Amino acid sequence: MLEKALTGSRTYYGWVTFLLAMIGIGFLCYLLQLSYGLGITGMSRDVSWGLYIAQFTFLVGVAASAVMLVLPYYLHHFKTFARITILGEFLAVAAVTMCLTFIIVDLGQPARAFNVILYPTPNSILFWDMIVLNGYLLLNIVIGWTVLGTERKGVSPPGWVKPVIYISIPWAISIHTVTAFIYAGLPGRGFWLTAIMAPRFLASAFASGPALLVLFALIIRRFTRFDPGREAIQAIAKIVTYAMIVSVFFVLMELFTAYYSQIPEHMHHFNYLFVGLEGHKTLVPWWWAFMVLAVVALYILINPKTRSNEKLLAVACASVFISLWIEKGLGLVVTGFIPNPLDHVREYSPTWPEVFITLGVWAMGFLILTVLYKVAISVREEEIAA
Amino acid sequence: MDGSRRSFLKIAGLSILGAGARPISDALAAEEGRKVSLPSRALTAKRWAMVVDLRKKCPDDCRDCIEACHGVHNVPAFDNPKDEVKWIWNEPFRHAFPGQEHEYIEERYKGRPVVVLCNHCDNPPCVRVCPTKATFRREDGIVMMDYHRCIGCRFCMAGCPFGARSLNWRDPRPFIKTQNKEYPTRMRGVVEKCTFCEERLAKGLRPACVEACKERILVFGDIEDPRSEVRELLHKHHSIRRKPQLGTMPQVYYIV
Repeated sequence: MLEKALTGSRTYYGWVTFLLAMIGIGFLCYLLQLSYGLGITGMSRDVSWGLYIAQFTFLVGVAASAVMLVLPYYLHHFKTFARITILGEFLAVAAVTMCLTFIIVDLGQPARAFNVILYPTPNSILFWDMIVLNGYLLLNIVIGWTVLGTERKGVSPPGWVKPVIYISIPWAISIHTVTAFIYAGLPGRGFWLTAIMAPRFLASAFASGPALLVLFALIIRRFTRFDPGREAIQAIAKIVTYAMIVSVFFVLMELFTAYYSQIPEHMHHFNYLFVGLEGHKTLVPWWWAFMVLAVVALYILINPKTRSNEKLLAVACASVFISLWIEKGLGLVVTGFIPNPLDHVREYSPTWPEVFITLGVWAMGFLILTVLYKVAISVREEEIAA
Repeated sequence: MDGSRRSFLKIAGLSILGAGARPISDALAAEEGRKVSLPSRALTAKRWAMVVDLRKKCPDDCRDCIEACHGVHNVPAFDNPKDEVKWIWNEPFRHAFPGQEHEYIEERYKGRPVVVLCNHCDNPPCVRVCPTKATFRREDGIVMMDYHRCIGCRFCMAGCPFGARSLNWRDPRPFIKTQNKEYPTRMRGVVEKCTFCEERLAKGLRPACVEACKERILVFGDIEDPRSEVRELLHKHHSIRRKPQLGTMPQVYYIV
């Protein structure tokens, strides 16, 4: 089936070339980072995780969201999703690959990454994250490829796929739960020490990933002969609506606990986001952007009239995606380090090489997604032609 | 033809699985029966601990101990604070003990520099989170670092509530003032911190900071030995620890 990714229009080739160029630039910057060390980034002993781990955390959510299509389709036989579930599974493949790459580029000694397997340490959450992420990648490649391959031949999928699909459903929940545990179990970080971290992660995952799928569905309809269907898009939009409401609700819960209890270790981090601390306010505009975008998105999504307008829906989904990228990315990861455990305020902002490496990894993810979607859409177009 | 390819793939797959299982079985088998033997002149203890006597004050605000430690351990001195690596350093009282300073605190504690270092916790979160056992707790309580196993993921830095850990953000070697050939230098991309001078203890020497402290503010010893100096000090005077509420059980005690 892969040969279908090799033939395409000029636009397709132009897009692939652009992605390859971005990957190339990112790779060159990474070589620079390899020889100089992580000091080439904006990270320090005070803010020791930055843009890379922020992308990783956010993208685990995008990957987990595939379950929002798989579950209704396979468990509840929701036929509307029959033709687009593959888009969710392939998005998961691309997103998990990005996650794993972001972890590798964040390592001080990437050549030793296999020490995690050579010296297995079950008390470390990173050990479990390695297992669940790689497992989820494998599950989605196997499921997506097998189902698409049989559909193309016009036969029903082999029997062994069903149990594998059922396993992939709780597995999707596990990747985001385990990722939340990386943060939620650390004694000295008040910002992350919250039992609703995993639920919060899941809620934002089920909003951001499906929002991206709506955007992709609209793009696919415009540029190809495959139409994911208005009904399917509206159904995903409802999922985005509920998940976004829950997601914002959870953030408000955190605000209540922090501000009503007035415990400094919990409150100061939110102060940093809202107004800045001791004159340091790098993240303040980002945080307000999150809030404005979240309100815009909710306004469009909750009202059925505006939600059913596809142009407005696209605006809402873009707002959901960007706002959660801020909230779950820089907002969550970097703020956890500010102020530091000794109550010093030392800020972080990424450097240019760091930004280009990040863009390079995103471009790699989009390249994988483009190739997989090209294959899936070509199969769908064949079906239409036949 | 197809059949043989299929069986080849099967065997290849099984072999890969087998090779992957090896380190797991090794790790499980190696847990017991591995004893470290120390030279006879080594200083040993059931549980090493340190007492910092804040009633005394260093005339030069505690420089000797820091310089001794960083000198003997080849800790680099970077100009850019972003790259900073430190094992032992001074913090104003309110940063060493966040939330403990109040408006009416005794004059001598106001803004007073407090020497801070790795607490060698009895229940160390850094060890709990490390995915490769590159940081581990010894029988005698010292929380150790294996610079050769560390992958530089910095989970331990996020896990430590005392900011005791530093990554080598870049090659530290050009920034070492005078290199001590007795102690290894580090490479970029690995985490390091105070190790209670385990290399000196093995030679029968006390930690470098303790030895350098002329005012005897830093006292080191076996906290499980009832006759040790640290026990005596803690028995007679009021002491506090950094963030005891987090349950990490720090083993650096401060007499106030």
